[in-house]
Amino acid sequence: MNRILDIKNLQVSLPTANGVLRAVRGIDLHVDKGEMLCIVGESGCGKSMTSMALMGLLPKRAEVTAEVLDFDGLDLLSLPKKERNKIRGMRMSMIFQEPMTSLNPSYTLGNQLCEAIMRHKGVSSAEAKERAVYLLTRAGVPMPEKRLDQYPHQLSGGLRQRVMIAMALMCEPDLIIADEPTTALDVTIQAQILRLIRELQQEFGTAVIFITHDLGVVARIADRVAVMYAGQVVETATAQELYSNPMHPYTRGLLNCIPIPGKTAPGSHLESIPGVVPSLIGELKGCAFANRCHVSTSECSQRTPSLELEPNSTSLHQVRCPITATTLQEAM
Amino acid sequence: MLVFIFRRLLVAFSVAITVSIVSFMLLHFSGDLAVSIAGPDSTAEQVEQIRIDFGLDKPVVFQYFDWVWSALQGDFGRSYYFQDSVMSLITERMPVTLTLGAVSLALATVVAIPLGVIAAIKQDTWVDRLALTIACVGQAMPSFWFALTLIVIFAVNLHWLPAGGSSTWQHFVLPAIALGYYATPAMMRLTRTGMLEVLGSDYIRTARSKGLSETSVIFKHALRNAVIPVVALAAVELGFMLGGSIVIESVFSLKGLGQLAWDAISRNDYPVVQAVVLIIAVFYIVLTLLADVLNAMLDPRLRVR
Repeated sequence: MNRILDIKNLQVSLPTANGVLRAVRGIDLHVDKGEMLCIVGESGCGKSMTSMALMGLLPKRAEVTAEVLDFDGLDLLSLPKKERNKIRGMRMSMIFQEPMTSLNPSYTLGNQLCEAIMRHKGVSSAEAKERAVYLLTRAGVPMPEKRLDQYPHQLSGGLRQRVMIAMALMCEPDLIIADEPTTALDVTIQAQILRLIRELQQEFGTAVIFITHDLGVVARIADRVAVMYAGQVVETATAQELYSNPMHPYTRGLLNCIPIPGKTAPGSHLESIPGVVPSLIGELKGCAFANRCHVSTSECSQRTPSLELEPNSTSLHQVRCPITATTLQEAM
Repeated sequence: MLVFIFRRLLVAFSVAITVSIVSFMLLHFSGDLAVSIAGPDSTAEQVEQIRIDFGLDKPVVFQYFDWVWSALQGDFGRSYYFQDSVMSLITERMPVTLTLGAVSLALATVVAIPLGVIAAIKQDTWVDRLALTIACVGQAMPSFWFALTLIVIFAVNLHWLPAGGSSTWQHFVLPAIALGYYATPAMMRLTRTGMLEVLGSDYIRTARSKGLSETSVIFKHALRNAVIPVVALAAVELGFMLGGSIVIESVFSLKGLGQLAWDAISRNDYPVVQAVVLIIAVFYIVLTLLADVLNAMLDPRLRVR
């Protein structure tokens, strides 16, 4: 079996003062071993919620259900807490958006790098440190031995994110979830960190779920892409297929928002998608994107579309749109 | 770290000098000392003689240095009222106050920090509400009333513990509970708030994502960061308990510094007041210094300041 993660109909809901917030509304996804899957979407589309649900880091009041939530043959939802703790951190790890606050200010980097591997794999402190130094070197942290005794506040944001990447790799996980790891960084550092994640992912053969709102980032690193909108996957395909043949009006809209050097004329209006994301409290009727979609018909707000295989494509290209592919093609 | 401690020592030292000047002035500006020492029935010659004997004819600056020099050697002069040296009065009272303060703080810490941690973990459950209720009652109830209630229940009715005095350890139980209960609410609430804030932080999420046990997440990663402001508060509270336990000391007839200060103030016994003020100020300074050092040990970011 080449699958490391298989998700069917994942739902996450959170009780709020205004009603139940259904942040994730039935997601079907899978990740193959050693693959880089990018999840793209606007703020509040449920992409972070999905990653938190996979890690089991959601607050207790959040309700997580799924038909299948299978990690390498293990059902994550029914796993006892202790086993779950062992998978999280050892076989699955996470890189967060905020490198400035994601490290504990009171402990040395060495301490924080080594604690998980010492706990999960029972290695000695010396062995753990040796691995930490190796991974810090691989992550491009200068003077790695010295860093072990340093505290987070002594490092810049970019360096801290490199430390977080090294930390995520400590236990040789099968899957790393990177939740917007470059969003909080300077543009120059962003490119370096992206390249680093891609390199290390290929070198160690780790599967990565890379969450971002930036389609430009996706183009550079993804094997496969899933576009999310309002708690659902609206389109998924290989990166190449998605860029050459975007089907869903939302994906097209997103792609049109990116200026292309040489192609987008200076001073010309950059496209944007009109309207706002619908409220995720309660049920949504019909297609969630209908009110912002420029090809939508009256049927769109009536019939809730499902994720369908795109018949014309050779690879696994799925789209959630009530308007058929051919009609779409004509409309665009 | 050594540089940090050295800097803090410099600050502490300059504060100590300031306090010593203030407490010296307290005595100096309290009227003509020669007249008050000589008493109402003395003649002008006697007053002059006393002025010379006590060195009160010299310039103020000289008097200050004389006083500091003797104070450093443990000589604070003689009490007007007790007919005893101020130092012997203080050394006699000090152990009582120190014992009471230390035991009360220990008691308060042992109750407040675990209670604050539990309240934060079980936020908005009955445990949390109960802890907050205890804190509210503690903050609202006057300490003398609580002390009297303890006496009525445990000394008068149950005869378990003595109501007053300081001869055995049992004499310290009720006063320490009364004083400790007074210090608990603020510490508990600060621990709870700190824990809630820290538990919601990104680095706790990181710790959880590493699959660490809940014990490690709460005690290693959260508590150490949450407890930093509590340490500073505890130092201030201990200082307050050493200097301000007058009420508790009176209720339990403990002969401590608080009661000595009260007696001295009501009898215009300035040398004693002056010495007590200075000693308590020095306690405060030392405690603040200790709290700073302890905090710097807990939080590496403080070491560079």
